[in-house]
Order: sequence, then C-alpha cells, then structure tokens
Amino acid sequence: MQIKSPEFKQNARRALHDANLQRALGNLKAGFPGKRAAAIARLPEFEQLRQQARELKEHILQHLDLYLEAFEARVIENGGQVHWCRTSEEARQTILRICQEQNAKTVTKGKSMVTEEIDLNQFLQENGIRPVETDLGEYILQLRGDHPSHIIAPAIHLNLDDVAHTFHHRHQRPRLNDPAALLAEAREMLRQQFVAADVGITGANFLVAETGSSIIVTNEGNGDLTQLLPNTHIVVASIEKVVPTLEDMTLFLRLLARSATGQEFSVYNTLSTGGRRPGERDGPEHFHVVLVDNGRSEMVGTEFQEMLRCIRCSACMNHCPVYGAVGGHSYGWVYPGPMGSVLTPQLIGLERAALLPNASTLCGQCEAVCPVGIALPKLMRHWREREFERHLTPRAARWGLGGWAFFATRPRLYRLLSAGASWCLRRLGGKKGRLRSVLLAGGWTDHRDLPTPSGRPFMQQWRSRQRQEHTP
Amino acid sequence: MSSRNEILASLRRGLRRGAASEAQQEAVRQRLQHHPRTLIPARGQQPGEARVELFIRMAREAAAEVVVLASIEQLPAAVAQTLASEGERELVVADDERLAALDWNTPDGPIRCHRRVARVGDRASLTPAFAGIAETGTLLLYSRPESPTSLNFLPDTHLVLLRREDLVGVYEEGWDRLRAVCGERLPRSVNLITGPSRSADIEQKLQLGAHGPRRLVIYLVG
Repeated sequence: MQIKSPEFKQNARRALHDANLQRALGNLKAGFPGKRAAAIARLPEFEQLRQQARELKEHILQHLDLYLEAFEARVIENGGQVHWCRTSEEARQTILRICQEQNAKTVTKGKSMVTEEIDLNQFLQENGIRPVETDLGEYILQLRGDHPSHIIAPAIHLNLDDVAHTFHHRHQRPRLNDPAALLAEAREMLRQQFVAADVGITGANFLVAETGSSIIVTNEGNGDLTQLLPNTHIVVASIEKVVPTLEDMTLFLRLLARSATGQEFSVYNTLSTGGRRPGERDGPEHFHVVLVDNGRSEMVGTEFQEMLRCIRCSACMNHCPVYGAVGGHSYGWVYPGPMGSVLTPQLIGLERAALLPNASTLCGQCEAVCPVGIALPKLMRHWREREFERHLTPRAARWGLGGWAFFATRPRLYRLLSAGASWCLRRLGGKKGRLRSVLLAGGWTDHRDLPTPSGRPFMQQWRSRQRQEHTP
Repeated sequence: MSSRNEILASLRRGLRRGAASEAQQEAVRQRLQHHPRTLIPARGQQPGEARVELFIRMAREAAAEVVVLASIEQLPAAVAQTLASEGERELVVADDERLAALDWNTPDGPIRCHRRVARVGDRASLTPAFAGIAETGTLLLYSRPESPTSLNFLPDTHLVLLRREDLVGVYEEGWDRLRAVCGERLPRSVNLITGPSRSADIEQKLQLGAHGPRRLVIYLVG
C-alpha cells in the first residue's frame, strides 16, 4: 500500500470538501459513541476492569519474551508451527512459502489489519496467488481496489450507493439498493470461495500462551469459515497480542466488544488450537502462526511502550474530532486516528509520518475512552518533541516555537506583551466580542470568527484578588 | 542470529535485562499454571432461576431465539416446528447419543437426520452446546469427531440443544468445565456464539445473516 501520510494536509483538505465522505462519516459519529456509552453504562465494573486490563498489559510487556516462548511451545505441542518475523518482508516471504508448499492458488482472508500492514495481498497476487477478502467491508474494498479507512469498520467511508454500484458492475448482476439484499449477494458470491480456497489467513485478537491458541472476534462468521474450510490455516499476529491465560483473555474480551461496537459480546469469539485431531472430519490439517515484530520490540522500554497495550478496539478514532472530520484515508497509511498517529511513526518512520501526531487538538477524548488507558495525547506530544529534536519540524513552525520560547522564558516581558495584545484585541472586537479576520490568523478566521479576550489577563486578576484577600 | 533470537534479544534489550530472573520466570509459570481469575462482573453471578432468566434475556437481545422445553423428548416436535417455518425437513446433526436416541418421526412428519460434516447448501443443523453462559447469552461449543465445527457455521439455520444443567453464569466457569473435560489440551476449535451472524459494514446499518447462520435457535431443555 502506497504511503500517503506525508500528504496529510492535502488529503485532509480534499476530505473536508468531499460531500460523500462527510455523509458517510456522519454514520460513524451517529453510531459508535452512543452505543459504546450505553454498553458501558450497563456494566458497573467497567472502570475496574479497565484498570486491571491496563495493569495486566504492563505485566505482559515486562515478561513478553517469556510469554511468547510459552505460547510457541504450546503451539508446537499441539502440532502447529510458529514463524518469527522481524520485518514485513520476512512475514510476506514466510506466508508465501507456506502457501507454495500447499500449491495454493487461492487464499481466503478474514479481516486483519496486520496483513494490511505487511501489504500481503499485493505480494501474493504478484506471486500468482489470489487473495479473497471475505469480511463484507473488506470484500467491497477489494472489489473497488480500495483500502480500509477504519480498523473495525473498513468501508465506513462508503455509502450505500457506492456499494450498490460496485456490486452491480463487478458481479454483473441487476443493481440492488437495499443493504440486506447486498449482504445476501455477497454471501452467495463468497460461499464457493470459502470451500475452494487452499489456505485460510486470519489475524488474531489475542494469542493465549497457556493453550497455544489464537482467538478471533467477529460478527459475520467469515473468519470462522476462512479458518475452518481450507486445509491450511495461517494466523498472522503481531508480537504484543499474546496474553497469559484464558482468564486473562476474558478480561480483555469483556472490554473489547463494548469499547468497539457497543455490543455486549461479539457474535463469534473463536479459539483455534493446532490442526485437525484424530477422528475429526473437518478443520485444517496444518496450523501456522506468523509472529510479526516490525519494530514493535524496539518500543519496549521507551516512552512509547504503552502503545503496545492497544487491543485495536477503535474507540479512540470513533471519538476523535479530527478523524470524524477527515476520515481514515487522510492519515495516508494503515492505522488511522489517534492510535495510528502514535503507531505509524514507529512503523514507517517519523520522516514520513511526522504530520500525524500533529493532527490532533490534544482534546483527550481518545485517552478518556481507551479501554487500556493509553495516554495517546502524551504519546503524540512525545513524537512532536522527537520531530523537533530531529529538525523535521518545518522552518516557520520552528521559528514560531523559538519566538514563543523566547518570551515564555521571560515572564515579565511575556505578561507585558500578552496584556498589550489582549487589550488591542478587546478594542478591535468591540461589543460583539469577536473578529472576522486577524492578520496572520487566517488559518483560524477563514472558517470561524475569533473570540476576543473577555476581560483582564489571568495574572492581573490573580494579583488583584490576592490584594483583596490580604486587605481586611 | 535467527529472527526468533533477534526479536527476543530486542525485547530483552528494551526491558534492560538478559534472560529473565528466576523470580520472573516463576511468576510467569505460576500465572500459566494457576490461571488466576480477574475481576468478574456481578451480573453473571446469579443463582438458579435468575441465571436462567438472564441467559434467555441476553440471548434474545442478541437476536437468538430461545425455546424452553420441559424434556428432551419434546425436542423433535419443537425442531419440526422451527423447520416447518422454513419449509425444511432435512437436518445435519451432530453424532450425539442423546440426539440419536430421539424419535424423529414427529406429528409434523419425519425429519431426515444426516450425521456428517456440513456442506454448502445445507439449510439447517442441530448440535448440542457444551455450556451456556448467562452473562451475555452466549453458547460454548467445541470441535470433536462427534460435533464437527462446520455444523456451527455453514448452514442457514443453526439449532442448538442446551441442557439447563449446562447453564453457567460467567465465561470463567465455562473455561473450568472445558479444562475438566479436555484436560490441558484445548480442542482444536472452541466457539463462543452469541446470536446469529450479522454485519453493519454498509452504512453502519445492522443486517442479520452475514456469512454464518442467519438464524440461531436455542432449545433450553430440562
């Protein structure tokens, strides 16, 4: 997938003027936050669970090497294989080799963001293997040559019309305009594909060290058919997905669906442990787990370690005013929204992703809704600091910051100037208390009025109150 | 150095240690062996009838149908009724003694039971649940020669037999029961199922009946 993160500003501008996209984003804002709030209101222990989940993740990260080794040992005991991959390239090659060993022509795929991250589909295609996405959203996107714009609702940027048009053209069938009928058509088109596939590839929501299992959490059932019907099942998962036990997994499951779709529980939570057992008449013969690092191990022990707590629920982007305004594609790569703005610089390099941690008002909604309490705004600030240290910040912004720092470290001068500026603005604003345009502030006033300061500066008020309190 | 060792070394560098200390290894061994429970919400921890009511309410909320039967002998007639509404008489069933012992010549006519894995085009299947979990109205099933997983996912209508004594409050009780039956090695596939399949990928409008069953009917027996 082509990286378009450096063009964030142009992407965002285009997105803001795209009426279709804006209509589609309305569906997101009208849906997820309300459903999540309702689900959490029904579970009085949610806050406590959240605290425990956060602590458990820290325990796991402190012992990640041990849990990964334990997981691997159990997979092998159950007749499966584990492949450790340092990079995307290594992961792609490993998956290709497994497919080729099976003489695979077609692979079905369950929804998986990490296979987007390693850009698997294109690579398989170039090597003569046809990947078939089976999640409805992903299937629609594959037919359109498009990519997901959201980590759990991949086609959130499309409207009914877009889907109707795509199916009509790609399926060569009469046009349908009803979501239920379109879903039925996708179901029918994919049935034979599930059976015909040689290999099924899924992601994993968690890997369980105690049992050597992977678990996928889904609603459609496509992931289950993907891992059940072909002769080989490949699980692709990043290294931080491992949890110790079934009980520990349960803690995260209680948080995941509620934070994501606002469901009490997703329809299918399926554990896969090894290949077909003696006497069984269905299920894959071969079970492979491809563990992907891709720079994550380097986050351990740094200020970004807590990002590895992420369970990919999407609550942060569902509540983000920036994501809600510009949509996921503006971020220009696989992971959008606040979690993407923290993860992407690590995965593709800060040089290409520096705009993302800046695309935030730091309003704190993302941290407030995160089920594992990741301090996303703080992490975005850390990336901004690194950007500044590495001289990646644009010159005008550096000068601006430098100028501000000059005054901020000279409090008397700062107060004098800010009091003067405040006085001027108040004068200019007059009785209305706002300005339609201000020199050098077009970025703000092009879209809205600038409210003018409504009274004396804080420091002046503070001093006069102190004086009042001290005079009897 | 292999990628495995590189990744492990990189993790240990980040953690500022070499191999884990004996105490750390012991902590991990203990956790894996004793699998301590984390906080369990009060909702699922209810006795007797309240638990049954919770299960029924949560399952129905997830769009499953729940049919309450006094005894397993009533199952064939109830299944026949469900199938009649689909105009169906064929059923793929799990190879289960309790199901095989029943008389499938119902007042609505005979039901033809096929004991095999599911195939594309199968309309309905019947499988016994290993447990029901009241907390969220969830069924717990697992793969074994007598109960192929394809029965849970391929047919349009999934019928599930759930005995009242197999109804537990919370997931953790389900794990304990599973460990008791299967030992340390989990079955190949363990399925937690809550309602029929669905998708909201088109404009966030929820549609029932995606790739898994369109209908989930639970017969709660006993």
